[in-house]
Amino acid sequence: MYQAIVLLPLIGALCAGFFGRSLGDKNSGFLTSALVLVSAALSWLALYQVGIEGQEARITLFPWIGVGDLQTSWSLRIDTLTAVMLVVVNTVSALVHIYSVGYMSDDDRQPLFFSYLSLFTFAMLSLVTADNLVQLFFGWEGVGLASYLLIGFWYRRESANAAAIKAFVVNRVGDFGFAIGIFAIWFIFRDVNFDTIFAAAKEHQATTIPFFGYQVPALDFICLFLFMGAMGKSAQFLLHTWLPDAMEGPTPVSALIHAATMVTAGVFMVARLSPLFELSPIALIVVTCVGAITAFFAATVGLAQNDIKRVIAYSTCSQLGYMFVALGLSAYGAAVFHLFTHAFFKALLFLGAGSVIHALHGEQDLRKMGGMRKAIPFTFGMMVIGTLSLTGFPFTAGYFSKDMIIEVAEVSHSSVGQTVYWMLIFAAFLTSFYSWRLIFMAFYGEPKDHHAFEHAHESPPVMTGPLLILAAGALFAGLIFAPYFVGADYAQFWRGSLLFLHGWHEPHVADVFMKWLPTIVMAAGFGVAYWAYISSPGIPAWTVKTFKPIHAFLYNKWYFDELYDWIFVRPTRWIARVLWKYGDGAIIDGLGPDGVAASVIATTKRVVRIQTGFVYTYAFVMLIGVTVLITWFAYLYRGALFTL
Amino acid sequence: MKEWPILTTLMLLPAVGALLLAVLRGTDEAALKNARWIALWTTVVTFALSLILLTDFDYANPGFQFVEHRPWLSDTITYYVGVDGLSLPFVILTTFLMPLTILASWKSITVRVKEYMIAFLILEALMIGVFCALDLVLFYLFFEGGLIPMFIIIGVWGGPRRVYASFKFFLYTLLGSLFMLIAILVMYGMAGTTEIPALLKYDFPVNVQAWLWFAFLASFAVKLPMWPVHTWLPDAHVEAPTAGSVVLAAILLKMGGYGFIRFSLPMFPDASVQFAPLMFTLGVAAIIYTSLVAFAQKDMKKLIAYSSVAHMGFVTIGVFSGTEQGVQGAVFQMISHGIVSGALFLAVGVVYDRMHTREIAAYGGLADRMPIYAFFFMVFTMANVGLPGTSGFIGEFLTLMGTFEANTVAAFFACFGLILSAVYALTLYRRMIFGKLEKPSLATIKDMSPREIGIMAPLLILTIVLGFYPKPVLDMTSGSVKAMILPYQKELQAQADTGAAAKSFAELEKRR
Repeated sequence: MYQAIVLLPLIGALCAGFFGRSLGDKNSGFLTSALVLVSAALSWLALYQVGIEGQEARITLFPWIGVGDLQTSWSLRIDTLTAVMLVVVNTVSALVHIYSVGYMSDDDRQPLFFSYLSLFTFAMLSLVTADNLVQLFFGWEGVGLASYLLIGFWYRRESANAAAIKAFVVNRVGDFGFAIGIFAIWFIFRDVNFDTIFAAAKEHQATTIPFFGYQVPALDFICLFLFMGAMGKSAQFLLHTWLPDAMEGPTPVSALIHAATMVTAGVFMVARLSPLFELSPIALIVVTCVGAITAFFAATVGLAQNDIKRVIAYSTCSQLGYMFVALGLSAYGAAVFHLFTHAFFKALLFLGAGSVIHALHGEQDLRKMGGMRKAIPFTFGMMVIGTLSLTGFPFTAGYFSKDMIIEVAEVSHSSVGQTVYWMLIFAAFLTSFYSWRLIFMAFYGEPKDHHAFEHAHESPPVMTGPLLILAAGALFAGLIFAPYFVGADYAQFWRGSLLFLHGWHEPHVADVFMKWLPTIVMAAGFGVAYWAYISSPGIPAWTVKTFKPIHAFLYNKWYFDELYDWIFVRPTRWIARVLWKYGDGAIIDGLGPDGVAASVIATTKRVVRIQTGFVYTYAFVMLIGVTVLITWFAYLYRGALFTL
Repeated sequence: MKEWPILTTLMLLPAVGALLLAVLRGTDEAALKNARWIALWTTVVTFALSLILLTDFDYANPGFQFVEHRPWLSDTITYYVGVDGLSLPFVILTTFLMPLTILASWKSITVRVKEYMIAFLILEALMIGVFCALDLVLFYLFFEGGLIPMFIIIGVWGGPRRVYASFKFFLYTLLGSLFMLIAILVMYGMAGTTEIPALLKYDFPVNVQAWLWFAFLASFAVKLPMWPVHTWLPDAHVEAPTAGSVVLAAILLKMGGYGFIRFSLPMFPDASVQFAPLMFTLGVAAIIYTSLVAFAQKDMKKLIAYSSVAHMGFVTIGVFSGTEQGVQGAVFQMISHGIVSGALFLAVGVVYDRMHTREIAAYGGLADRMPIYAFFFMVFTMANVGLPGTSGFIGEFLTLMGTFEANTVAAFFACFGLILSAVYALTLYRRMIFGKLEKPSLATIKDMSPREIGIMAPLLILTIVLGFYPKPVLDMTSGSVKAMILPYQKELQAQADTGAAAKSFAELEKRR
C-alpha cells in the first residue's frame, strides 16, 4: 500500500510526460488526477492505521548508495509524522490536480503541466517517507526541480524564467547548508540512517568538529547547517526572496508547492530531526528567532502589496515563521498541527485567488478589482472562509493551531520567548489587517474595470468542487484533529516520531486577557481594515502619502532584492568576468603557454605546410620515435639510475 | 575463457578496423558511406566484446584479472595487460561511447571521412590500452600515443582556430608527461621493474617519493586538468569537432584521475599525505574559480568545458581525501561526467549542426520548436548540476562526504560548487531553450532526428539509472579502490600515531 502511495504519482507523471500527446489534454489531466486521488485515499487510511492503530512500518525497497560503511537504500519510513505529511501532500495535490483540469484548460501544454505536478508530488512523497538523510535530500532537491520547472512553466515570459532560476539558486544556497549538515552527521555518526543517528545523538553532546581551526560543538554545527537548508526551502528571513517571485507560476502551482506542501518541507525536516535539535539549545534559539523575525517581517511586507498572489505569498512566509517558532520552542506537535491546518486554508486562499484571476482573465492587481462579490459569490464565500481560518476566527482551523503557537510562546518563560510572543501578536494583527484588506479590495467597492467585470463569471464545478472540500478542512480540521496533534491524545498519536525531551504540556495561559489577546488583535485587524477600505476609503491613499518612506520601504520588501543584487549578483558577475579575462586570459595563458606556444606555432606552421598529406606518416614516426627513445633510455640508464 | 586474450583483442579490433579503412579506396559517396559503416561496426563489435568483461569479471577479487603477460622489448619491459575494478569501468565507458561518437559524426564530417574514422579507431585502441596497461612503459606509450590522433582530429577537422588549439593541447600535455617519463625511468632504476603490480608493492624511500609524486602530478594535473593548468581545455574543446570534444571530455580527461588513483596514492602514499592540503587547495580553487569563469562564457562549448574543469575539481579533492567514500566517489564522478559531459557536447553539436554557431546569444526560445531537445538538454543540465536522481549527484556527494572527513574547511568551500553550478548551468539553459523564439534564423529549426535521439537516449537512460541504482559501478570499484587507498590510510594512521605519541610524550615531559 505504501509503495502505491508513493509510486502512483510517479506513474502518472511518466505517462503524462511521455505519452501526453497521444493521451490528449483532458485525459492526461484525468489520469494524473485519478492516480493522485487514489494515493490521497490510501494516505488517509495510512493516517488511521499509523496514528490511531499504531501500526508503524519500515519498508526497504532497494539499495542506493553503498560505499564502505555508508549504506543507504530507497526506503519508506511510515510513522505518524510521515502519515500526517502523506495526508497533507496527497490531499492538496489531488485537489489541485482536479482544479487544474479547469484552470489550465486553455493552455497548450497541459500534459506537461500535469506531468510536472505529479512529478512534484512524487518527489515530495519520497521526501516525507525518507528513512535516511540522503533520500531526504533526494526529495528535497527533487521538489526544487519540480518547483523550478513549474515556476518557469510559461517559459516565454522572461520574468517567469528569472523567478525560476532565482528559486532554484536560492534553494541551493540553503542546500549548501543542508549538504554540509549531512556530511557532518556522517563525520560524527558514521551513518546517515535516522534510527542510528537518533539512538546515538545523546552520546555526542560533547563531541566537537574541527572547523577553521576551532573545535565546534558537533550537534550545534550540524543543526545550524541543517537549519540553513530548512530556511531556504521554507523561505525564511534572508533566504525568503524567491517565494514572492515564485508567484510567476500558474496559480494551482502556488497553491500546491508554494503554500501547502513544498515550503513546509523545512518545518517537516526540523520536526523529523527533533531528536537532534532538542540536544542543541543554541540551534533551537536560532530557529525561534528566525521564525519570529520572518513572521513579523513578511506580515509587514504583506501590508503594502497590490498583487493578490503576492499578498498571500507573504502571508505564507509569515505563517511558516509561526511554525518555526513552535519548533524552536520544542512544540513540535503544534508546529506540525499548524502545518496541517495551514495547508487547507492557504491552498483554499490560493485556489480562490486563482478563481478570481480566472474570472478576470488573468488580472492579478487588487487595485483593478473591486465589487467581485456580486460577480462570483461562491468564490467570495470561499475566500472569506479561508481568511477567517487564517486570521484565527474562533473555532476555525487556524484558531486552534495558530493561537496554540502564540500561547506556547507566552508560557515559555525565557526572555526570547517573551519577545517572540509580542512579535507574534503583532504579526497576528497585521495578518488580520492585510487579509481583510485583500477581501475588501477585491470583493467590495465599485468594480474598477467594468468591461472585465461584465465578463466575469463563476468558475466551473471542476474548480469550485476542490474549493468546497478545502473550505471544509479550513473550518473543521482544527476542531477534529486538535486532540490528537496537541491535545490529550498527543502521546498516543505521535509515539516516537517526534521527540519531546521535556514532555509536552498543553499551554495554559492563566490570564484571561492574555488568553484572548490573539482573538482581540484579530478583531482589531478586521476593524482597521474595514474602517480604511469600506467606511472611509480615503484613508489608504492618505497613509501612503503621509508615511511615504515607510510605505516605500514595505512596498519594496525592505529592499532585499536590491541589497542582494548589490552584494551578491553584481560582484559575482564582475568577478566571473575578471577571472576569465585576466585570470585565465592575461595571467595563466599570458605567462605560460601562449608565450611558448606563440613561438612554436610560428615555426611549426611551416612544418605543417610541408607535411600536409603526410600527417599519418608524421604521427606514426612520432610514435615509433617515442618508443625507441624510451627503450633506449631504459637500457642505457638501467644500471646508472639504480646506483643514483 | 581465461586463455583467450580478450584485452588484446579489444585493442586490436579497432586497429584492424583502421587498417581496413586504410586500404579503402575512392572518394565518392559510396566510399564515404563504407568508411562510416566500417567504423561503426568496428566500434559496436568492440563494445559487444567488452561486455564479456562485465559478465566474466569477478567482483570479489580486488586484483588484476584477464591478465596477459608476454615478453616484449626485453625481459623487463613486457607486454603486460589486465584490468581490475578501477580500470574496468573506464574500459567499458570507452567502448560504450565510441559507437556514439561515430554516429555523431555521421553527417557533420564530410571531408576526409576515411582518415577521420581511422583517427578515431586508433584513438579507441590507445585509450583502451591506457586503462589496461600493467607495465609503466606500456602505460606511458598508450598515454602519450593518444595525444597524436587527438591532435590530428582537432588540427584537421577543427574550427577556425584549430591550429592554435591543437598545438596548445599537444604541447601542454606533452610537457607534463615528460616529467612522468623521467619519473618512470627513476622508478625503474630503483625497483628494477616497470610492472605496475610489482611497483604497487614497492616501498619508495620517503625523500624520493616527493619528487616522483610531483613528476606524476605534472602529467596528470595537465590531463585532468587541474587549475591553473587547465587553459588548454576550453580552447581544445571549442575548436574540436563534436565527437572530438566528447572523447576528450569523456575519456581523455579521466586518464588524469585514473593516474592519481593508480599511481600517486598507492605508490607514493607518504607524499600523497604530505601534499594532500595542496591538492585540496587546487581542487577547491578549480571548483570555485572555473565555475565562476563558466558563468561568464558566451560560447556554449567553452561554458561546458569550464564546467568540466570544475567537476574534475571534485575528483581531485575526492581522490586526495584518501577515504573510501572520497575515492570511490571520484571514480564514480569520472564515469558520470564521462556520460553527462559527453551528452552535453553532443547536445551542443545538435544545434551547431543546424546553426553553425556556438554563440549562446544566437539561440533562445528553442523549447518552442524543439521540445524533445529541450527535454534531453534539461536532464543533462540537471545531471551537470548534480541533482539527486541523476548520476551526477552520486559522485559529487561522495567526494564531498569523503573530503569533509579529511578536511572540513576544504569541503566547506567545495560546497560552493553546488550553488555556482546551478547558476551557470541554469543560465545557459534559460538563454538557449527558454524565452521567446524571436530570432528569424531559428524560425525553421528542426527538432532532433531519430539518429540524434538514438545517440542521446542511451546516455540519458544511463544517467538516470546510475542515479537511482549506482550499485553496479560502486560494487565493481569497491575492492580495487580499497586496495589502492590502503597504503595511504596506513600512512595516515602512522602519522596520527606518531603525532599522538609525540603529544603524550610532550605531556609527560611537561608533568615532569
